[in-house]
Amino acid sequence: MSKKYETPLLDELEKGPWPSFVKELKKAAEKNEMAADELGQLEKSYKTKLGYWKHGGIVGVRGYGGGVIGRYSSLPEEFPNVAHFHTVRVNQPSGWFYTTEALRMICDIWDKYGSRLTNLHGSTGDMILLGTRTEKLEDIFAELSSRGWDLGGSGSAMRTPSCCVGPARCEWANIDTLEITYQLTQEFQDELHRPAYPYKFKIKVAGCACDCVAAIARADLSIIGTWKGDIKIDQDEVRKYAEGGMNIQEEIVDMCPTGCMSWDGNELKIDNQECNRCMHCIAKMTKALRPGDEKGVTICVGSKAPIVVGAMLSWVIVPFMKVEPPYDELKELIRNIIDWWDENGKPRERIGELIERLGMRSFLEYVGLPPVPQQVKEPRRDPFWFFTEEDIQKIKEREEEEKKTGQYKF
Amino acid sequence: MAVPERRTDIGPPHYEQFLPPVIKKNYGKWKYHERLSPGLMVHVAESGDKLYTIRVASPRLLATDTIREICEIADKYCDGYLRFTSRNNIEFLVSDESKVEPLQNELKERGYVMGGIGPMVSNLVHTQGWVHCHGAATDASGLVKAIMDELFEYFTTKELPNKVRIAIACCVNMCGAVHCSDIALVAVHTKVPTIQHERVKDMCEIPTTIASCPTAAISPDPAKKSVKIKEEKCMYCGNCFTVCPAIEIKDPDRDGVAVVVGGKVGSLRSNPKFSKMVIPFISNDPPRWPKAVAAVKLILETYAKHARKHERVGEWIERIGWERFFSLTGIEFTWQHIDDFTFARETFRTAATFKY
Repeated sequence: MSKKYETPLLDELEKGPWPSFVKELKKAAEKNEMAADELGQLEKSYKTKLGYWKHGGIVGVRGYGGGVIGRYSSLPEEFPNVAHFHTVRVNQPSGWFYTTEALRMICDIWDKYGSRLTNLHGSTGDMILLGTRTEKLEDIFAELSSRGWDLGGSGSAMRTPSCCVGPARCEWANIDTLEITYQLTQEFQDELHRPAYPYKFKIKVAGCACDCVAAIARADLSIIGTWKGDIKIDQDEVRKYAEGGMNIQEEIVDMCPTGCMSWDGNELKIDNQECNRCMHCIAKMTKALRPGDEKGVTICVGSKAPIVVGAMLSWVIVPFMKVEPPYDELKELIRNIIDWWDENGKPRERIGELIERLGMRSFLEYVGLPPVPQQVKEPRRDPFWFFTEEDIQKIKEREEEEKKTGQYKF
Repeated sequence: MAVPERRTDIGPPHYEQFLPPVIKKNYGKWKYHERLSPGLMVHVAESGDKLYTIRVASPRLLATDTIREICEIADKYCDGYLRFTSRNNIEFLVSDESKVEPLQNELKERGYVMGGIGPMVSNLVHTQGWVHCHGAATDASGLVKAIMDELFEYFTTKELPNKVRIAIACCVNMCGAVHCSDIALVAVHTKVPTIQHERVKDMCEIPTTIASCPTAAISPDPAKKSVKIKEEKCMYCGNCFTVCPAIEIKDPDRDGVAVVVGGKVGSLRSNPKFSKMVIPFISNDPPRWPKAVAAVKLILETYAKHARKHERVGEWIERIGWERFFSLTGIEFTWQHIDDFTFARETFRTAATFKY
């Protein structure tokens, strides 16, 4: 029988129409003494406005360096059942699809060994099993892995890749986000489970520029589906949108960031050469407009949250790349990217910060990517830049050539 | 009963075994989708097959008994298939149209909340807070609950100019896309940390601790075999606390939340944007943080009143100008609003064109 705590402050958060996490805590606390002490300690936090969790120690399962976040209460005498309260990160299936059979199996394991509390899901994408003791970890891992489930990443390691719903249920998916994510997760199992990097490395895969997994903002490596070629237009469906009350001039044409569209009341025209594939028109008129046929990915690197020197969005390094199973070219590129970072990064330095420190050129040259205008918003503004001897040599050779031909090449 | 044999490095199960038959059949062949109500959409495949999705809010923190209940519902109406979204919603996947209404009725009866699809406030992305994080400067779950109780109708019925993505981070590590959300709260400290010098030599690596400071405020203190902090340089980020547990930054009276607005991750119309800080500090006030909730509501409703259709919060603000944002919301502009960190120079105005 678990201990019952008085929780007048948290009880306030059982009221109101939005689903209550306090009800969840209480539901678990009825049957589980760890959950009961978690509830008691949280009430104390609400009273004192202080958290009572200590830094993680090194805990985990044999042979892995990640996947478990060590957590200990700083008040073990007061709340003995959360003296250990470790998190188990379970690598989610691509797209967060489940059968009830699979979810029940996870619940059974967690009821037996853990707190009966979970997060579906953590911010990176894993299933989070919240709160267990060190001595239970091996059994939990055996129960999970024998049934086909594995732990996700933590610490200075590859973190669990995640993706949007993709072609499973979205007409805008330019790429198979689920399969790419599955393949990359399998490719990097060692890097995921045994932290050996300077810091964390996150991969997210979005099917289009709507970016429902925040790849551009939350991944060291952002893979975003895109296309080449003309947007496909069904003019009958366009007219139906107009008949249905959509103001195509105001809502579509005038909101196009490149001004590449026109509408005469009967026909929608797109100057595809000028389109930057932002997805506004396609998202608003999904029955009438579809992405072009040549599908691929834009690859960006470097995004992260503010620690240490400010938040960053990912930078374009490959404007367009075709990707097909088994994704060898993509895997090789990612390996090169990580090699450069792993080789040069200081402890706790993310790849975006390293690129800032050593320069985009140093990075792109190592990875084997050429400079293209799609990588920058604008070229440099100040008159300072580096030349290598080879750079100058190239210019000189070209000038020699020009003297012979009388034709300038810029 | 004996524990089964462990296996390593097998990775997650392949997703295909969790896809309902209608998805397997129409994988990559969806034609369009329609939003039928804030909690219901239908995807139509080129084959003509339809898949109905009912979106339900969750508090993210779920007891296993609740997951079992969700499974029971999915068994009854969805042949045992369901998914979760990147914003902690549950999606019931229904391939038999006749089961949609009975499912909606049962969800309603059991007290589940449907909504969040389209130009609405969807569920919040948030972090662990006092529930489970050692570095938390606030409780994320409590703030989410308090905010969504107040904004409830913007999830269930009331439409906005475009979707509004709200996020909460319980410290500046931001395990959630707070830095690119329409409206977000990030918990901050406001006081220079204290150092337990006698513990530093046992618990901390001094060079790492010095290197952890983004403003170079930390230097060695050889006499104490510890470090010292130059107070006037410290911006209370807490990164030193993360690498050195002997440094303490938490302070119940001086921890609270800041409000940031105008970020987005999608590229629709305009490029992805960072959120910008508009309210530097609101004291922690559990269990319901009434002032923080009021701030979010003020910003949301000012946006709802003034933005054009399809404009996200950041697009609206960029059209009218940040100075107009402050005059329209009545939020006070302070020293904290003028950047003096990494990207400061890009934020100063360089033209005599502005509004009041």
